[in-house]
Amino acid sequence: MKYLDEYRDRAAAESLVRAIERESHRPWVIMEVCGGQTHSILRYGVDRLLEGKVELVHGPGCPVCVTALETIDRAHFIARQPGVIFTSFGDMLRVPGSEGDLLSLKARGADIRIVYSPMDALALARKNPDREVVFFGIGFETTAPANAMALLQAKKLGVKNFSMLVSHVLVPPSIAYIAQTAESRVQAFLGPGHVCAVTGLRAYHALCRRYRLPIVITGFEPVDLLRGILFAVRQLERGEARVENAYERSVPEDGNPAARSVIEEVFETTDRKWRGMGWIPKSGLKIRWEYRDFDAERRFDVGELATREPQACISGLVLKGLAKPDACPAFGTRCTPETPLGATMVSSEGACAAYFQYGRHRKATAEAVP
Amino acid sequence: MCLAVPGEVVELLEREGLPFAKVRFGGVLREVCLVYEPQARPGDFVLVHVGFAIGTIDREAAERTWKTLTEIGETAEYEKAADEVPG
Ligand code: SF4
Repeated sequence: MKYLDEYRDRAAAESLVRAIERESHRPWVIMEVCGGQTHSILRYGVDRLLEGKVELVHGPGCPVCVTALETIDRAHFIARQPGVIFTSFGDMLRVPGSEGDLLSLKARGADIRIVYSPMDALALARKNPDREVVFFGIGFETTAPANAMALLQAKKLGVKNFSMLVSHVLVPPSIAYIAQTAESRVQAFLGPGHVCAVTGLRAYHALCRRYRLPIVITGFEPVDLLRGILFAVRQLERGEARVENAYERSVPEDGNPAARSVIEEVFETTDRKWRGMGWIPKSGLKIRWEYRDFDAERRFDVGELATREPQACISGLVLKGLAKPDACPAFGTRCTPETPLGATMVSSEGACAAYFQYGRHRKATAEAVP
Repeated sequence: MCLAVPGEVVELLEREGLPFAKVRFGGVLREVCLVYEPQARPGDFVLVHVGFAIGTIDREAAERTWKTLTEIGETAEYEKAADEVPG
């Protein structure tokens, strides 16, 4: 497909690897923020191509992985209510809650359906006026415009039986969190290309000024990734720290202003708890008061939930870039995509699942644990 | 989750007062909401995420990228690959 296949070109990738080898004079540590990038890096073996030159550590950018356990449990509670059709993107269905995943709840009779878009959930609500249709609204800034538009349309069309359980997260506060983490070895970031297609680069300029680390906005194909890495290496070698756009074809400096204004209309910033990482100030989006009728948390009185997280899981360290999945004692043994203990083993963008899928076996545990 | 895929706008449509389009991804056609990229026209490539176009691929920027790639690469095999890349 155009604008996709050519960025998988082997010769172009090889020449970029040679340029990185030529230009880097010490082993740099670079974090790719977005889970989609992690998946691509493992899939194409980009990390192995750069062994000894650049170490890639994997970031927190997997919305499925960072959705708080409390939120998953809340979803379970709502999905169990009589008359509810609970809708979600497919990859949320296998995320372990305190008591199993949504898929097992579905097997026990709950009406849980996978949708491709939040608009499909809205259409389902209009087709089933006697049922309560709830959509699990998660994601980063890339997904927020779609979810916001579904709420805007629901209000405009007066759809009474539609609501959303919202647990949106924002990328820049998570970069700030990692930059402030004392043990972090990250020297530069590859910024999330599709998030920036919506938000533009403004918040990233502020991050660079504050933490003096290079941020290179990067795409998802191997050539895009290597080009982003080359730009980051060049900045590091010269001692620079600025925002650079290595995904120019998809990311305008200003992002998508129309999408931003609809996000702003429907959502407001809130403190958000990230699974494995804890509370991060102003790192999420919630539904504004004006749209409260469509807030599933108000419609269904969930109350307080007691949560249980499996103890073996070190996904908190993985998400912060402090450990690689193969450092986890459960990786590939007790924890596999079939029987995931933690959320990072579920989504194909979770680092643990990516390591497993592309056959990365355990290295000496001691080596990777900080 | 944040995966967005480029597809070619084939035909403009309207759904419930919102601009939509038929968009081609390889061999597959899908209806996509254009409310955030209302200026997109047939032949344009839009970046699609969960049923919404969130951006339009900038052809000139894509060409510039390949030009800078040619400057980075010095080998003949690379030149050949670059030649095969469509606009
Ligand atoms: S391998 Fe499983 S248990 Fe270990 S960190 Fe990853 S998700 Fe958690």
